[in-house]
Amino acid sequence: MQRPDTNSPAPSCRVSAASGALLATLSGPWLITSPAPAPDASPAALLRALEATPRPARLAFESSGVTGWDSSLLSALRAVLAKAAATGVQADLSGLPEGVAALLDLAAKVPERKGAARHSVSEPFLERVGGLALSVRDGFEGLTEFLGDVTLACLNLARGRAVFQRSELLSLIKQSGLDALPIVSLISLLVGLILAFVGAIQLRQFGAQIYVSTIVGIAMVRVMGAIMTGIIMAGRTGAAFAAELGTMQVNEEIDALRTFGFSPTEFLVLPRMLALVLMMPLLCVYADLMGVLGGFIVGVVMLDINPMQYLTTTWQSVPLVNFWIGLTHSTVFGVLIALAGCYRGMRCGRSALAVGQATTSAVVTSIMSIIIATAVLTVLCEILGF
Amino acid sequence: MQADAGTTEPRIQVSNLTVAYGDFVIMRDLNFTVKQGDIFIIMGGSGCGKSTLLRVLVGLKEPAQGTVTYRQGSLWDVDDEKRSAILRRTGVLFQSGALFSSMTLAENISLPLQQYTSLPAKDIRELASLKLALVGLSGFEDFYPSEISGGMCKRAGLARAMALDPDILFFDEPSAGLDPVSAHLLDELILELRDSLKATFVVVTHELASIFDIGSNSVYLDVETRTMTASGNPTTLLETTTDPLLRRFLTRGKE
Ligand SMILES: Nc1ncnc2c1ncn2[C@@H]1O[C@H](COP(=O)(O)OP(=O)(O)O)[C@@H](O)[C@H]1O
Ligand SMILES: [Mg+2]
Repeated sequence: MQRPDTNSPAPSCRVSAASGALLATLSGPWLITSPAPAPDASPAALLRALEATPRPARLAFESSGVTGWDSSLLSALRAVLAKAAATGVQADLSGLPEGVAALLDLAAKVPERKGAARHSVSEPFLERVGGLALSVRDGFEGLTEFLGDVTLACLNLARGRAVFQRSELLSLIKQSGLDALPIVSLISLLVGLILAFVGAIQLRQFGAQIYVSTIVGIAMVRVMGAIMTGIIMAGRTGAAFAAELGTMQVNEEIDALRTFGFSPTEFLVLPRMLALVLMMPLLCVYADLMGVLGGFIVGVVMLDINPMQYLTTTWQSVPLVNFWIGLTHSTVFGVLIALAGCYRGMRCGRSALAVGQATTSAVVTSIMSIIIATAVLTVLCEILGF
Repeated sequence: MQADAGTTEPRIQVSNLTVAYGDFVIMRDLNFTVKQGDIFIIMGGSGCGKSTLLRVLVGLKEPAQGTVTYRQGSLWDVDDEKRSAILRRTGVLFQSGALFSSMTLAENISLPLQQYTSLPAKDIRELASLKLALVGLSGFEDFYPSEISGGMCKRAGLARAMALDPDILFFDEPSAGLDPVSAHLLDELILELRDSLKATFVVVTHELASIFDIGSNSVYLDVETRTMTASGNPTTLLETTTDPLLRRFLTRGKE
């Protein structure tokens, strides 16, 4: 959008008709940086004049008043000439500034390739529904194929035949485990603090402050620790997996692996999955502890609970089964995050845009599947009576 | 520096090949034979499907129709294990080099050696140095791909493609993005390797200088008719062909 600039003069294109011929008088600076011409002196007026009845026979140009020109003049003239050709008006380019006619010829030299331009046709509703259904089926096929590959790779791993680099596994374990500790500490501590704080306000009314330790303990250990680490890891590591594999796809590195006879699923997906499945439960236990510490701080500082008493109540009132439930959750989340990140990365297109999309959808898919898995696991625990 | 024609033993036979992305046919009815010792050029304008054809030849993409037959069997009619055994005798240099960006140059070259040989680490490292020296990159063993120039990436990619001493080497536009001198040196390197390693080369390119310098045989893919319109020694083609499109291609549009 050109901002009107009152200081600099605007270009103009005035049309005059004489004995069936049009004369377009161009003047002023025809530059990309110039302000837009006034409506009655713009190329649009010339386009209208070309369509007028009776049809003018010829179109000539006069350009001695043009103080400068660049591609903005060319593009305006190109539209005018196209209209002139369409309406059958003879255009005489001799009055244009030197070089303009040559450039216009150059632009017209290679005819537009038929069928090359993409036209956005509005498809009928049924066709769109059908297209959507087909793409869902394709996506489903892709997913089952990927899951099949991963299963085969896991079987090969169990038989000790999977081909991947042990050194890469170690560095992945460090990246997804050790390097995540600061953020996991911070978030879990805060979640523990918040849980305790909200609980304390209510429980203080009944003089039942001590139960803050129970609330925080059960909530963190049973599910919050796992969910918080899951969401952190989805944003941190799942996104990283998708971006890494997507970039390797763009860079033809995955093709190169295939030509050496390596299975990309074994070589790239398997170590990432192993690293996350090993690290998620550990991070979860760590998050549980940090959360309890958060509750402890609120309990001791705000509610004046005796520190020893807080800890013993937590220990006694949180059944051990909650701990195992939390670990199960985190292991499942680890698998889901690794699968989502790697799946999106492996199916990434060959452009920077595609890598961005792969990363975004890896995070969205991971978080969605974490929530769904939590619901399923909760119902299962309910049925099994835990 | 005219390359001499290869011997007569066929290495790759392509018959009735059609390659497509879904329903969109890129090329159809391709028939040609790559012989032992050939430097076989796949030429054609940008976007005509050269890279796609190469992907079919090296087993990365399944053809819509037709066969690609190596000495050991037809690539798409054998099981996966046999196919990877066939392909292990080939090396590919991708258009961008496609070096593994998380590994140093030496590690890049060592990777296939670690997998397919039982050599001790020290020997593998020495082999990797040797391959790098062959392509003029000795001393760069511990550099990462992001720390070297595009031309060097190409040469390192070539070193990696040669890691397992393949019988057939595939190049996708080896000289694209190189200055004329480096491009010429790469051509010389290809000729030397052909003569010393007794390898066969399949080179995708549209660089006329390379085509005439190194090509002993070629196919021309035409983007309009979506098939091959000529094949043979490029120099002979230039002298004999009457096909206006091919003439334009081979003379840079001057005729
Ligand atoms: N993944 C893809 N899906 C659909 N069409 C593709 C894909 N990749 C390439 N193409 C199309 O295939 C044609 C040939 O591409 P390519 O083999 O890269 O050409 P070249 O290497 O000869 O320049 C192009 O027209 C391109 O639009
Ligand atoms: Mg290409």
